[in-house]
Amino acid sequence: MIGRVMPIDPVLAVIGERATQAQYDETFRELGLDRPLIVQFGIYVGNVLQGDFGTSIRTGQQVADDIKRVFPATLELATLGTLIGVFLGVPLGVVAAVRRGSWIDQVSRFVGLIGYSMPIFWLGLVGLLLFYGILAWVAGPGRVGIFYQGIVEPITGMLLVDSLLRGEWAVFKDAFSHIILPASLLGYYSLAYISRMTRSFMLEQLNSEYVTTARVKGLSESTVIWKHAFRNIRIQLITVIALAYANLLEGSVLTEIIFAWPGIGQYITTSLLANDMNSVLGGTIVIGTIFVCLNIFSDLLYRFFDPRSK
Amino acid sequence: MKQFKTFKVAALTALMLGTSLTPVMAETPPNMLVIANRIDDIKTFDPAESFEFAGADVSRNVYEKLVNFDPLDLDAGFGPQLAESWEISEDGKTITFTMAEGHVFSSGNPVTAKDAEFSLRRAVLLNKTPSFILTQFGFTPENVEETIVATDDKTLVITLDQQYALSFVLNCLTATIGGIVDMETVMANEVDGDMGNAWLRTNTAGSGPYKVVEWKPNESVLMDLNPNYGGDAPAMERVIVQHIQESATQRLLLERGDIDVARNLSPEDIAGLEGVDGVKVIDELRGRLMYFSANQKVEMLADPKVLEALKYAVDYEGMANSFLKGQYTVHQAFLPLTFLGALETKPFTYDMDAAKAALAESGYPDCGPIKISVRDAQERMDIGQSLQNTWGQLGCDIELIVGTGAQTLDRYRAREHDIYLGAWGPDYPDPNTNAGTFAYNPDNSDEAGATGLLAWRNAWGIPEMSEETLAAVVENDTDARAEMYMALQEEHQQISPFGVMFQQIEQNAMGASVENFVAGGATTAVSYWVITK
Amino acid sequence: MTATADKQSMREWLLAEEPTSRRQARAAAWYQGWLSFRSNTLAMVGLIILVFLILCAIFAPLLATNDPFAQDLAARLKPPGWEGHFFGTDSLGRDIYSRLLYGARISIYIVLLVAMVAPLLGLVIGTISGYMGGWVDVLLMRFTDIFLAFPRLILALAFVAALGAGIENAVLAISLTAWPPYARIARAETLTIRNSDYIHAIKLQGAGTARIITRHIWPLCISSLVIRVTLDMAGIILTAAGLGFLGLGAQPPSPEWGAMISEGRKYILDYWWVATIPGLAIFAISLAFNLLGDGLRDVLDPKEGGQ
Repeated sequence: MIGRVMPIDPVLAVIGERATQAQYDETFRELGLDRPLIVQFGIYVGNVLQGDFGTSIRTGQQVADDIKRVFPATLELATLGTLIGVFLGVPLGVVAAVRRGSWIDQVSRFVGLIGYSMPIFWLGLVGLLLFYGILAWVAGPGRVGIFYQGIVEPITGMLLVDSLLRGEWAVFKDAFSHIILPASLLGYYSLAYISRMTRSFMLEQLNSEYVTTARVKGLSESTVIWKHAFRNIRIQLITVIALAYANLLEGSVLTEIIFAWPGIGQYITTSLLANDMNSVLGGTIVIGTIFVCLNIFSDLLYRFFDPRSK
Repeated sequence: MKQFKTFKVAALTALMLGTSLTPVMAETPPNMLVIANRIDDIKTFDPAESFEFAGADVSRNVYEKLVNFDPLDLDAGFGPQLAESWEISEDGKTITFTMAEGHVFSSGNPVTAKDAEFSLRRAVLLNKTPSFILTQFGFTPENVEETIVATDDKTLVITLDQQYALSFVLNCLTATIGGIVDMETVMANEVDGDMGNAWLRTNTAGSGPYKVVEWKPNESVLMDLNPNYGGDAPAMERVIVQHIQESATQRLLLERGDIDVARNLSPEDIAGLEGVDGVKVIDELRGRLMYFSANQKVEMLADPKVLEALKYAVDYEGMANSFLKGQYTVHQAFLPLTFLGALETKPFTYDMDAAKAALAESGYPDCGPIKISVRDAQERMDIGQSLQNTWGQLGCDIELIVGTGAQTLDRYRAREHDIYLGAWGPDYPDPNTNAGTFAYNPDNSDEAGATGLLAWRNAWGIPEMSEETLAAVVENDTDARAEMYMALQEEHQQISPFGVMFQQIEQNAMGASVENFVAGGATTAVSYWVITK
Repeated sequence: MTATADKQSMREWLLAEEPTSRRQARAAAWYQGWLSFRSNTLAMVGLIILVFLILCAIFAPLLATNDPFAQDLAARLKPPGWEGHFFGTDSLGRDIYSRLLYGARISIYIVLLVAMVAPLLGLVIGTISGYMGGWVDVLLMRFTDIFLAFPRLILALAFVAALGAGIENAVLAISLTAWPPYARIARAETLTIRNSDYIHAIKLQGAGTARIITRHIWPLCISSLVIRVTLDMAGIILTAAGLGFLGLGAQPPSPEWGAMISEGRKYILDYWWVATIPGLAIFAISLAFNLLGDGLRDVLDPKEGGQ
């Protein structure tokens, strides 16, 4: 709908600046812009419901095909980012809660504060400069070295998975060295969120009566923490992780721009700058749908397992 | 202080994750050319439709034309390619091409006059944006059956609506739209009478040295050798063009040896490459001009003295020596250097006194509000900000209106801008390509809707100059033709609402061993088949 | 009464165990909050940074060493400290330090505008929804859910695309994506207030719906909204900077920090300061808001307190 009421001319985006008025008029008709707005909108919604997002002005391809191509890249990045966030964030949060006020608690708080305050695109730039430009520890922007392009026939579209499945070790190594920096960056932001939430969930448990009882009963501290307290926050944690994951799908927009990552965030942004509204809408709808699904999923999970809501 | 801690945190994180990940430092394979370029403008490979820079780069290496440029001798002008010779009739309206032997499409089909007939007719019938390059000779969808005819497999006859300079016609045939496609393969892939347009958007069917194997929009184009190519086998068997937006990234990739050629380095990054071993930079003058133009519907901007003041109050050298350094040279006529009849005179220098004097003589000594429409590309915004600065010193109240390409273009075509800061690249390598838009506007009325003409977009009605422009396209004496364009440009520099400022120099950085990289000069596109490394 | 005595009695008045008036009780609550806030070092650090930045913004014309828009193509990309340019110059030879100062004005302007528009929108929708109940509530809350369902940055991007790039439009876009949480808070507050005796009493006196909502419900919702807004400030700044970075926020030659990073990014390999310095400024201001917000929450929300 946005594309239809925009003060910008989608026709020009298709035909470019040299076109004559006659060519303009023809394209105008081809795009269906001569019909009333409400009809256009109806047609668009109808098509979307059938999985047809229209044609991208910028790439000349079906938007659905474009998304099929770019989405796995984002999924790969966000998944790895979330994994990093979970494997570092959860232990950090637990330890911070157990050793409340200790240096590790301060570190976790500091990590969180930085994560909430630092512009991700800036941290990405500095990281790229440091780890790629100066130290050369990791590979640069992009998903894989240029001459590894087109070696791996896609199966899932996720290069790390595909290269493993196809047994292309060199490609896997190269792809991993490309993904690790942006994934660490995203992972850092999800770490900040996950560790903070873990810490406050754990605190709530550790302050509750049953933990005191367990301690009085003489159970070892690690049993109390992991068998009792941590067990009880698992469901809450899963919902938090689902939310963090959804946030990363969105947060990848700026990261993808910095790291030239050919994912959906970059797709939406560049389409936007090119007035390619079919692509923007298609991409937004896909991300929005996933967002909603993850939200519903975490809601359901919560309701299902949380004894209080029964 | 804080940033230091941040660095430590970030460094620590990466240290934990990344120590063992040192990337494979590899050189590109010897038979493969790896190029970093901005290729997000590619929408189609169909020569009848393709009209973008990166698209032309692909097209030139995939499709052959009747006549073409030799990449190692661009100054020589067009020469035979698919046509080995041509003859022009007495009345100058009919051109007969004789096809050369030994050209074969990637499908294995030989190239015949029938393919040429099909390709040219197809371009007219499809009537896509670049079709004007052909239809200006009087071809229409209705008459192509009579005007573009292959009388046999070796002979193609085309009939023009009047006499034109032969060089003009043949120059137009070297443009992307003159690319000859494989009729049989294309028609086998026709859908709903589109003459294979949908298929050719993503596939290629040409007789050039390469064929496109894979295209991921905004990511990469992968080309392999055309196995049936008739000419000498190129040294580069595979060419990969990767879309890399950032100049800094392109530079790092080049320094690391991950790519062979970087095509969009900023002046700063070019300077940063100085003294780097194994890397060289090759400068090449291209056809693109940077100009500003004043809408003549705006009363103040229609005052010739105001225009004069604006043209003087531009820091030409300052810009060319700073943020445009090495990438643009000051040029003030509408024909780019190396074009026939290009004028080298630069009547305007950055002269605030002259500008102020001119403004004082105008009807608007205090100047007034002016809006500059600029596209959101870095170099244009830099130029816009410089204009804002120097024109502001005249007392004008300058506002920059930054928008996406289509937004600014939309205003421009609707004649709603004050000042438009634009770039213009020639559509085909003949002086008429620019003369016909900068200096041609026979009907200035809104109803004329001549949105393709820059003069019309700026509401600059020039019936007399338009006549002169028309006269120049039919002059068959090349020297006389050049003279005519020179005179036209001299007058244009003084009275037109266009302030041409710069001509582009493309700086391509590449590995020291890369030889024969020619980006195409002002007239054509890149040629991969002659490159060695 | 001398000034000292007045001051002392003021303090005593504020700390009185049994306040004698509603005004005193409220003031005392605020004062005690301030005392506990003051003891929170990090929050005070945040407050100090913030006050410092606001002063910088207010006195930018006095503090600036150069005109933030004045170009000098001969002195471009000079390093920090070069000929009196504290933070060096950018690609058009403009003084980065002076641009930063003026950029602070833009950041604060954005924050203030969003902080006024988004909560207000949320307040209106939330209170109407909560007070009216029934199908109005269902409708408005579904509407809110839809907005909540979409990722914020992407939604803001889409809005900016529709409205056109520019700082006001960026503010509008951020506000349009930021209001749903406020609506939820306002609704929750309204639901607890709606059935209180005092609202019933006013209703019996014949007050109309609009009057009850604006005069009696709004004032009670405001404090919880304020906390939430403070906590959101950093996010707002980062989103605005992100839009600026993408070229969809403030337009050149505006010294908006995100746009400055975007401009400087081109030169990062050889001229690191052009992009890094504005990044640190953004970091400083959002860190300040985060510290402040954490501190406020510790004071006002005892559940999470005591860290």
